[in-house]
Amino acid sequence: MGPLKFMAYNFHPCYVNKHLNMNFGRFFLRVYEIWQFIRRFFREVFLPPYEYKEIINQFFQVGIRSLSIITLTGFITGVVFTKQSRSSLAEFGAASWLPSLIAIALIRALAPLVTALIIAGKVGSNMGAELGSMKVTEQIDAMEVSSTNPFKFLVASRVLATTAIVPVLAVYMGFVGLMGAYMNVHHNEQTSFTSFFQSAFMKITFLDVWVLLLKSAVYGFTIGVAGCFNGYNADQGTVGVGRAANTAVVVSMFLIFIEEMIIVQLVNYFKHGG
Amino acid sequence: MEANAVISIRGLKKAFGSMHVLKGVDLDVYHGENLVVLGRSGSGKSVLIKIMAGLLKPDAGTVSILDRDITRLDTKELQALRTRIGFSFQNSALYDGMNVRANLEFPLVRNKRHLSHSQIDAAIAKVLDDVGLSHTLYQMPSELSGGQRKRIGIARTLILQPEIMLYDEPTAGLDPVTSVEINDLINEVQERYHTSSVIITHDLTCAKATGDRLVMLSEGQFLRQGTFEEVFDTDDPKVKNFYNYNFIAGS
Repeated sequence: MGPLKFMAYNFHPCYVNKHLNMNFGRFFLRVYEIWQFIRRFFREVFLPPYEYKEIINQFFQVGIRSLSIITLTGFITGVVFTKQSRSSLAEFGAASWLPSLIAIALIRALAPLVTALIIAGKVGSNMGAELGSMKVTEQIDAMEVSSTNPFKFLVASRVLATTAIVPVLAVYMGFVGLMGAYMNVHHNEQTSFTSFFQSAFMKITFLDVWVLLLKSAVYGFTIGVAGCFNGYNADQGTVGVGRAANTAVVVSMFLIFIEEMIIVQLVNYFKHGG
Repeated sequence: MEANAVISIRGLKKAFGSMHVLKGVDLDVYHGENLVVLGRSGSGKSVLIKIMAGLLKPDAGTVSILDRDITRLDTKELQALRTRIGFSFQNSALYDGMNVRANLEFPLVRNKRHLSHSQIDAAIAKVLDDVGLSHTLYQMPSELSGGQRKRIGIARTLILQPEIMLYDEPTAGLDPVTSVEINDLINEVQERYHTSSVIITHDLTCAKATGDRLVMLSEGQFLRQGTFEEVFDTDDPKVKNFYNYNFIAGS
């Protein structure tokens, strides 16, 4: 088939239209499946028997196992952001605003967002791959035939863990970031610990902290659902496992940015009346 | 449902899209017998056993297990019934992240919550002894051979002391010596636990060694049934081909 014939065939309006319709159909079917998956999570998470051991295990996997990377990233973010912002503020004679600026940036945006992106990459992909491989090797079926509810054991515990732990990690990252910023400010301006933190929290309100916790929980829930949904519904052997891990990360990162935009708009609307 | 039947299937149909896998299957499995379902790959054997375990829903027909029609049970009722049915998977399906002990403990602690630690230990020791692998207690599944994984998979189902055992291709992927050991284990399980079993296989040696009665599935329907000799004492080309190719492949 020559290139012209190939293009005429593949980009013919009928073919493109049919292809688009198929993709739209598949997309909405997927959205419906995710909706059903979320509904099932809320139905099962509150009903006994509770998988306490597995929930605690997942808290450990998501939380403790991510501490080192969150510490490192938070500290570097604080130091670099302070270094980059100093010269611009100094130009306007506003270098004394540095602690406030860093605190606002970290608590309102960077800490929850960076934490969520790291957890999406580290934990989300792991969930997609782990559940995907359990699915294709019939381990999930094995749980089901041994009278255990695999959804409750595998999915509910993981989604619960990411939803609860991401806010804790975001607060921790905010703190570590501020420590990094303080060390840089102290090194350059000899500012004391007390005056740095007094200045840093001058512009931070309770609402900022609540929003940080709330949006981190939303991001955590998104990471858990995206990871578990893709893993739990994996098929086509090892290819499916790879695809589940990859899709879990891509989808959760994409959704985190969309959610960030929506939440910021909503908070600004309620704060300033539009 | 016929008297003495622990599994009774009537008019079972299952299709995936336009592909009709089971086309109206009728089957009875009697108390204490080992029933072998023979058939080529793609004949619908695995679909049949997964329907019996409640992992797939049929399109039509009834599947009565221990006097309960599983097609009409809700999730809770199905879970309760499943404690009386053991399922041994083709690839063993051991939980990769858990050692042998945790694999065996998993169904036990969830279904028999009243058991003390010492009772759990005793139950685990007993099933491991029954499958001859007491020394593997703290090994991970990745450290076990194919045959050992099969045995642990069977032990995991036996720990709930099921009344019915379902084996999906128990000798698939095993060398002839290990296959014979697994065949012997299936017979020992029947004797010790007084189970009724359904064994899905395309391995004639396994069928001959374990089956009290055989049924042959072909293109979604049962072709023949009876003892090993009765099934293969025919001029039906499908049965003859299956018999001949099996032994050519075996040799």
